[in-house]
Amino acid sequence: MTEEIIIAGFGGQGVLSMGKILAYSGIMQDQEVSWFPAYGPEMRGGTANVTVILSDQKISSPVLRVYDTAIILNQQSMDKFEESVKPGGLLVYDGNGIKNHPARKDITICRVDAYAEAVKMGNTKIFNMIVLGGYLKMKPIVKLENVMAGLKKSLPERYHNLLPANKEAIMKGQEVITVVE
Amino acid sequence: MKELRLMKGNEAIAEGAIRAGADAYFGYPITPQSEVMEYLMMEKPHERTGMVILQAESEVASINMLYGAAGTGKRVMTSSSSPGISLMQEGISYMAGAELPCVLVNVVRGGPGLGTIQPSQSDYFQTTKGGGHGDYRLLTLAPAYVQEMYDFAALGFELAFKYRTPVMIQADGLIGQMMEKVEIGDQAARFTEFDQSWATTGKKGRERNIITSLDLDPARQEQHNIHLQAKYADIVKAEVRFEEIQTEDAEYLFVAYGSSARISQKAMQLARAKGIKVGLFRPITLWPFPTEQIDAISKRVKGILTVEQSAGQMIEDVKLASQCRVQVEHFGRMGGMVPSPEEVLEALEQKLIGG
Repeated sequence: MTEEIIIAGFGGQGVLSMGKILAYSGIMQDQEVSWFPAYGPEMRGGTANVTVILSDQKISSPVLRVYDTAIILNQQSMDKFEESVKPGGLLVYDGNGIKNHPARKDITICRVDAYAEAVKMGNTKIFNMIVLGGYLKMKPIVKLENVMAGLKKSLPERYHNLLPANKEAIMKGQEVITVVE
Repeated sequence: MKELRLMKGNEAIAEGAIRAGADAYFGYPITPQSEVMEYLMMEKPHERTGMVILQAESEVASINMLYGAAGTGKRVMTSSSSPGISLMQEGISYMAGAELPCVLVNVVRGGPGLGTIQPSQSDYFQTTKGGGHGDYRLLTLAPAYVQEMYDFAALGFELAFKYRTPVMIQADGLIGQMMEKVEIGDQAARFTEFDQSWATTGKKGRERNIITSLDLDPARQEQHNIHLQAKYADIVKAEVRFEEIQTEDAEYLFVAYGSSARISQKAMQLARAKGIKVGLFRPITLWPFPTEQIDAISKRVKGILTVEQSAGQMIEDVKLASQCRVQVEHFGRMGGMVPSPEEVLEALEQKLIGG
């Protein structure tokens, strides 16, 4: 199994940390992982993206042009990455702020309105975990228990009281994601 | 069970230095390697092992602090990125001349000048062909994995002390910034059996040791140069390191180091899926260069593509090694642009197979 993912959106949306949690989850189940961010001056408000690879084999290139899955969280990233999904691949997006919805017919397109749900739950910080939950519903490449173990490892101990809220967000994402026909 | 961590390359080399029993780190921040010192400051190794971490006022100060501390026989390291490494060249030449062991880390970014902060490999000439003045060589290790960033810290100190010479770990922004799984080893002792009889450790009844690169008597300076060249010849004989991947049946060969080797390996997989037999040769030491090994492979392949994030620097060494026996072409991106595996495969098809 090899899963090659691009996660792209605004800086501050938790794009990089979502990737990090996925990578940690992979380590928890003995997989090889790589995480490469488009680093630079684009922090909060700018665009951010990260390439995450989970595999049963040693990973060659951490940089890719095409992906099994694209998780897209703003319009600029949609414009940039919709075409980079491999035929038969998966595109997961949050409809918030998206004007030009994805139109490809040769991939599976899923919508998870994570921002709207996060607002309803009264905590916009768990936005990225709702997205992650939605993605894992479509591709359960890592077990929920390993995601939680990964979260526990990547969060400093003083934030461990937030673990239940994160778990709830993942469950919410699994519940609200829909396949766009 | 071994401890596994998810780490950036920059963090891994910092932890690797602590675990290797380093005595001191002197540095000045610059993207894309600032996490090295940030990690060290957070970890407070002075509380773990007694290792000293000091932010210098500039790169020039860092390299001269290194010179002083290395002169006392301590294991010392600095890190920077391209423009900062340029500033250090005078000190590196002095350390090579004075035969001082140290580990230098260059997390290369796009140049020339201040350039960009994105990954590049355009400092190959600087590192392997001089950089500073005088007839010296820099033993250069090129990590391609975050694990190697960790491992090469200890290897760097070992080689630096074995030959009493500066060792360069030449990474790039991609290896520095990416995260991978790292297996963390045990803590090595800071005070070890390294030969320090040459160092300025306090006279205490012996003849005094003088650490200098200056000797105004040209006859003695020539003897010193002959001694240095003999040492470099020993390094060439004993320290060449490389990795070969699927070269046995290869009709074409990629030669690439660092992050470009990773990208080329994926390009190799894509090529083989199309029925094109490609192999990958990855120099791990950039100096000494794996000349003999490339010479041997060049006798059985149809063509070689060097893949570098530069305008084509290592290609000169590949051409020399293969003695222009086969067609050798270069593919690269510059200024901080990173090639995709697909671009590398297209370059192979256009420059060697179709051409």
